[in-house]
Amino acid sequence: MALFILRRLGVMILTALCLTFVVFFLTNLFPNLEKLAKTQGNARMTDAEVVSWLDRNGYGGPMIMRYGEWLGVVPGWTREDSRDGEITGRCIDPGTDPADAPRFCGLLQGDMGFSTVSDDEVSNIIGGRLQLTGVLMFWAFAVMVPSALIVGVLAGMREGSRMDRSLSTFAIGSTATPEYVSGVIFIVVLASSTTGISPWLAANGWIEGRTLFLGSARSAMDDGVNFWNFTLPVMTIALYGMGYIARMTRASMAEVMTAQYIRTARLKGVSFPNIVLKHALRNALIAPFTVIMLQFPWLLTGVVIVETLFNYNGFGWTLVQAASNNDIELLLACSIVAVFVVLVTQLISDIGYVFLNPRIRIS
Amino acid sequence: MEPLTWSGAFGAFLNPLMLAALVVFVLGFLSNFVMTLAGLRAGEMVVNADHTLTLQKTPIDYALMSMKYAVLLFLACCVGYIVAGLVLPSIEQRGIIAGMAARFVPVWIALVAVFALSITFKRRLGLYGKLFDSLIGMVGFGLVMFWVFTAVFAGMVATHGPIDVISQMRNEVPGSPLPSPGDGVYAYYLLGGDNLGRDVFSRMVMGARDVLSIAPLATLFAFMVGVTLGLPAGYFGGKLDTIITFIANLVLAFPVILLFYLLVTPEIVLAGVPQYMSMVLFIFPIIFLVILFNSRFHTQPPKRALLLSIVLAIGSISYFSLISDRSDPDAPFRFWPEAVDLFDIPGNLLIVFVSVVFVNSPTVFRIVRGIVLDIKTRDYVAAAQTRGEGPWYIMLWEILPNARGPLIVDFCLRIGYTTILLGTLGFFGLGVSPESPDWGSTINEGRRLLTIYPHPALPPALALMSLVLGLNLLADGLREESLKD
Repeated sequence: MALFILRRLGVMILTALCLTFVVFFLTNLFPNLEKLAKTQGNARMTDAEVVSWLDRNGYGGPMIMRYGEWLGVVPGWTREDSRDGEITGRCIDPGTDPADAPRFCGLLQGDMGFSTVSDDEVSNIIGGRLQLTGVLMFWAFAVMVPSALIVGVLAGMREGSRMDRSLSTFAIGSTATPEYVSGVIFIVVLASSTTGISPWLAANGWIEGRTLFLGSARSAMDDGVNFWNFTLPVMTIALYGMGYIARMTRASMAEVMTAQYIRTARLKGVSFPNIVLKHALRNALIAPFTVIMLQFPWLLTGVVIVETLFNYNGFGWTLVQAASNNDIELLLACSIVAVFVVLVTQLISDIGYVFLNPRIRIS
Repeated sequence: MEPLTWSGAFGAFLNPLMLAALVVFVLGFLSNFVMTLAGLRAGEMVVNADHTLTLQKTPIDYALMSMKYAVLLFLACCVGYIVAGLVLPSIEQRGIIAGMAARFVPVWIALVAVFALSITFKRRLGLYGKLFDSLIGMVGFGLVMFWVFTAVFAGMVATHGPIDVISQMRNEVPGSPLPSPGDGVYAYYLLGGDNLGRDVFSRMVMGARDVLSIAPLATLFAFMVGVTLGLPAGYFGGKLDTIITFIANLVLAFPVILLFYLLVTPEIVLAGVPQYMSMVLFIFPIIFLVILFNSRFHTQPPKRALLLSIVLAIGSISYFSLISDRSDPDAPFRFWPEAVDLFDIPGNLLIVFVSVVFVNSPTVFRIVRGIVLDIKTRDYVAAAQTRGEGPWYIMLWEILPNARGPLIVDFCLRIGYTTILLGTLGFFGLGVSPESPDWGSTINEGRRLLTIYPHPALPPALALMSLVLGLNLLADGLREESLKD
């Protein structure tokens, strides 16, 4: 078991290195750097000026060395200005003595760099944004997982029944509705003061404000999460992920219900609810566990869409902003977080599957 | 002129009927639900003493029956609207719904023809014919074909051009008349105007053409790549398998949205990354076809030479036309002479296409590899090996045809997923072009004023949803029917 985990960890680190290098490569291509130089320096730079600006600011070396610097395994660049002898460098903050600066400053040292657009340390920005997204993810999971499991178990316990057919159709429908479609429909139906059910409810005096729910989650960031501003984003994320988990749970439940030991239990005269809850459920939930864990990368896309649609300044929104503003260091940090989340959930799902499934553990 | 009403002249009695059907359905559903919870069961057959059967009806049966007839009534009303669109003479009498139904006439005719022919000959049509035994499969097929025919007849269905701007029609509600329609110009915006004054209905219809020309083709390419790599990885195993699987996992571990943002930004397009990627990805179909024919006909040299030269000629001309672009001074490949450069793909379209193929192919690879690992232990593979067939013949002509069932099902699902991906790209403004009527971009444009003017964003959203739903249902029906035998 320890060997298995070690090997998985090794593969994971190798994958992480490859992926971060790809991201680094794609964000540090010459056109990106040229744009950076022009936004940071002067928009009318000539090509030669761009090159010298990049050289001065440490973007000149070979790609692999810069990747090493960024990672923190190669000493950060330092450069002495030929005119006034001022020493600048990757690890030297403006206004501090170059002699005190550390030699290495990269990801491994906890230094994620400096966001050129927000004018702040990347680590300061990312932390708060991740917290906001964490809240959103937590509620989405709290809604999605239980409801998906209930739908899946109800559908799978009597395969082919009418309940199975209607719940399965619902699950297919929800997988066919991506976040940007369901979000739009939810806003139109539930959060618009001119259409949908809100004007009708307001006219009857059944709701206090003008709309049933708020079409923007901006207020959730400062005033805290409440039913009014957070229902729609959470529902939008939960709906798309739910169908897939429900279908997997249904398949696994239906398979378990045909097993011999269930038939034995039925012949012994155990009541149907007891069979489902005590005998079948535990075995039927092994497969969905893996699926739920592997939903994280999908949810990441969902989070980006929902945060953009509902104006919630979390991690996904930051990623979009960083990418469209050419904020290289911030985008790199976002990518690291995203890749890290994906790889860790894969690892957990692998290890968890082995732990949960006694048949694999013994062999 | 007056703006159109939603339901027109027939609406006076169709609307109450529809509403009644809806109410009956909801009541039936609720009572059914309550009674099921209360422990009532549906009626069962009872054998009487004189050997006759009696079907006892319980309240649940009546609730179910009322739901069934409510659904039928609702469908009848929908058909009624379409008929209204066909029989009523003027657009004012038809209203918006029937007016749209009238625009879709070529689509209806084609759909009816396809269904009539398919159901008549369904016993002779193999898996496709069996699809018409399952209701879910038929509904899915109907939805998909509706959009396919809409894409085909888009020129006849659309009322205006997708980028025709009438500035007075900005954000006008559905059914608004044009300020001064010229001769032969459709006098109304059936689904209103968007924020630039373009017709929402026409853009939705034209968008079907955009979506349905990219999504299936991209999926096909992803399958070519996945199959070409997955077959040897599963069949040979060993180091080759380890390396390709690692690369596939690498791509899979990339969050899709991040990959899109990294690939589709203008700077990346400037650096020529899409051209390099397309150079790699588009060579796989040629490799696939060459190996396919070579492994089969290498014992018949004349036939092999003929087939291979055809494939290579067509393949290389289109390959080089695709990757090389003489007119663009920034393009990395400009060597292919203009005379045989059949087409140039705009950089934006190419990058969208390439990134969608790139995201999809690792998943296809994993599926193919899994199936091959399963199938290669079968007896017919052992028989072919004993006959002395080459490995590629076994992979492409023994294993692949036997893996077609799951692959066809996955193909349908994957077109739906690709459609969602394309929509996602459009939603973030990374789509084909800013003016393109594809559904993702239209949703993106409409969402800014969503709470005040919902009508521009809603039709493309519903269209996308129904197409993907149709593809999912179709895949479900196919899976069910292919598992039956």
